[in-house]
Amino acid sequence: MVATNANNLVYERPEGFTDTPTHYCPGCTHGVAHRLIAEVLEEMDLIDRTIGVAPVGCSVFAYNYFDTDFVEAPHGRAPAMATGIKRVLPDRIVFTYQGDGDLASIGMGEIVHAAARGENLTVIFINNANYGMTGGQMAPTTLPGMKTTSSPNGRDVETQGFPIRMAEMLSTLDGVGYCVRRSLHDPKNIRLAKKAIRTAFETQARGLGFSMVELLSTCPTNWGMTPVDSLKFVEQHMVPAFPLGDYKVAAGVAQIKI
Amino acid sequence: MPRELWKGNEAIAEASVRAGLDAYFGYPITPQTEILEYLSKRMPELGRAFVQAESELGAINMVYGAACAGVRVMSTSSSPGVSLMMEGLSYIQGTEVPAVLVNVMRGGPGLGNIAPSQADYNQAVHGGGHGDYHNIVLAPASVQEAIDLTVMSFDLAEKYRTICMVILDGSVGQMMEPAKMPEMRPMQRANWDWATDGRMGKRPRRILSSIYLDPIEEEKLNLRLLSRWKTIQRDEVRYKEYFLDDAEFVIVGFGTAGRVALSAVRQARAKGIKVGLLRPITVSPFPFEAIEQLVGRVSGFLVTEMNSGQMLEDVRLAVKGRVPVEFYGRMGGVVPFTEEILHEIERIASSKLSVDVDPREAWLERMAQAV
Amino acid sequence: MQKEIIIAGFGGQGVLFGGQVLAYAAMDAGKEVTWIPSYGPEMRGGTANCTVVIADDEIGSPLVKNPPLAIALNLPSFDKYEEVLAPGGTLIVNQSMVDRGAKRDDIHVIFVPCNEIAEEIGDKKLLNMVAVGALLTVLNDITLKDVEKALEGHLPARHKHLLPKNFEALKRGFEAAQKMPA
Repeated sequence: MVATNANNLVYERPEGFTDTPTHYCPGCTHGVAHRLIAEVLEEMDLIDRTIGVAPVGCSVFAYNYFDTDFVEAPHGRAPAMATGIKRVLPDRIVFTYQGDGDLASIGMGEIVHAAARGENLTVIFINNANYGMTGGQMAPTTLPGMKTTSSPNGRDVETQGFPIRMAEMLSTLDGVGYCVRRSLHDPKNIRLAKKAIRTAFETQARGLGFSMVELLSTCPTNWGMTPVDSLKFVEQHMVPAFPLGDYKVAAGVAQIKI
Repeated sequence: MPRELWKGNEAIAEASVRAGLDAYFGYPITPQTEILEYLSKRMPELGRAFVQAESELGAINMVYGAACAGVRVMSTSSSPGVSLMMEGLSYIQGTEVPAVLVNVMRGGPGLGNIAPSQADYNQAVHGGGHGDYHNIVLAPASVQEAIDLTVMSFDLAEKYRTICMVILDGSVGQMMEPAKMPEMRPMQRANWDWATDGRMGKRPRRILSSIYLDPIEEEKLNLRLLSRWKTIQRDEVRYKEYFLDDAEFVIVGFGTAGRVALSAVRQARAKGIKVGLLRPITVSPFPFEAIEQLVGRVSGFLVTEMNSGQMLEDVRLAVKGRVPVEFYGRMGGVVPFTEEILHEIERIASSKLSVDVDPREAWLERMAQAV
Repeated sequence: MQKEIIIAGFGGQGVLFGGQVLAYAAMDAGKEVTWIPSYGPEMRGGTANCTVVIADDEIGSPLVKNPPLAIALNLPSFDKYEEVLAPGGTLIVNQSMVDRGAKRDDIHVIFVPCNEIAEEIGDKKLLNMVAVGALLTVLNDITLKDVEKALEGHLPARHKHLLPKNFEALKRGFEAAQKMPA
């Protein structure tokens, strides 16, 4: 047994985190996404002036894990609530953390208009292709043919429609400063995701408009897969359907050096 | 300050500004749009927040966010738009943050029309959103009252960390009357010990949420809300009395129905009929005690409303069957004329009333005969 | 004292402003007043209208079923308000826009050619002020001077150059009504 000290410490809780174990399922990538946000806020020294907006969904308790002020929004309304906060406290950093049911279904109106208004907010969007908290129902992002508890024979696009690609969709709006999609399925992509999250918060800190990072994520429990298999599923099935990339990087944002 | 001629809606907008409105979020809907339009100019010129939201749903959640940040915030709408806001109202109450909402009511249900109505009484007073909560609900009958109650609504909302609604029918919103505006209050943000406005190196983090996953904790919240409501019921009841000293029976009516009743009462008095008027200004908390005190000395009540008898139920709850309660209402956006209420007063004055008659049934029968 | 006045006509005839001028004058004279535009039950009938109530005490109903005073700026308004005017009341009718005389004999109907007078003054939009001037002959609590002061005090600065013609329209309407046999 080797004692932990500054020389051999390789991993510790970021300052942006509270000392609270998360409630997420084993293998779920919410924890990874949370950590990346906390690390970025710590690196940018923003913890002290950040206000988070939690969604309804698996991450409904996100506010327990970040050592920042937090509010809890009604389902889908996080961008509206964040607008209310940011408009009266423009020098604070305000971010929403939303799942695909929250952002791309019930909250479609709120996210589109927050982006269109160019609200100076950061949105972290977790796309795991299903409603996790309610037990794995079909989401707007569920892949064609994918089985869920409300599409038991697989999503039939004839009757249940097609997946929505939010990053592409929002990137068409002039109010958007930064809009990208990343994935959390392996260390390389996690590093790229962190860089994108950093860029998104830099976008807000510099007043360059709406920023969103869509993160392809796993849901091993509801997908009925092991954590490792679910990471492979993201790589093999989700990435082709939701291509990774930068969909909007405004001129001012492109100059940010990280 | 001298009196100026103010339109109800614009008066509410300016009064809210003078009361220190820090942020406004709204969506256009007739007959309240003048409030939104007025503030779209006034708020930015004062450096305050104004957003025309994508919907009433967006607007009320922006209000929710700004309320959590601890600033004076308001939205305004009209009936169908207020229905859409019910989700947010419930969350705001569940989170115990202060906010002001004005409803310039119009005819309904559904899309209805844009004519003056009082049909949202139950929605405002007895619920609307899910869960167990009470709004403070103020009901102005004139432009001056609309100004005074708008100013008061912010103080009440903050004092009790609750929603304070101002409900008025469309005619008060559209009407012009001479009124005095209060002086502009200096803008100073309160430093609330609950607001999620960023730690800023001063304090541990704060969380504002309406989630209490443990039912015992949720019950504690409900008890806290109820206990606060009991205080509000004790301390915040407001109403106006007219000709009650020697009244043999009493009309109860709020807002425009109340002021039309005042004209009828005066005409009845000129004919020697001893009738009085009680006009609730807070319809929630409802003036139960004021009615209780009248029960012992009057022979009956007539409730007049621009709906099918929503406040009527509260009056009946106060009267508890001890004296007869009669009802006269117009619905769908129809404002009663003075003559209609005078006719009811004369009918009551010349007939023997019974506590066994269902007032709504009797009213419907009279309506059917009139048509 | 309480007086109720309905002013009615087509949109664009200055119905609402005509009522507001009376409301300002009443307010400046220290009275209670309400002004309410076509709204609710009064929306029916194909005319724009507003109701002005002037009183010494707190005003109850801002609407009135049988007004003692009314201005009808067009034929549909004449048809409608001649019918509902309170017995003994006075109706000012814009003679320029009607092709008939009065039907009732229990009310006073004063015909004033508002359009022609306004055109003589050089601004046909002033027909509403001509009619308001005519009404003042029977509205004893508000004088011509009160209304002139109200216009002076409340007309937006950019319209102040129109004051002399407004005054003239009021005066000409007042005089035209005075010449009518009571």
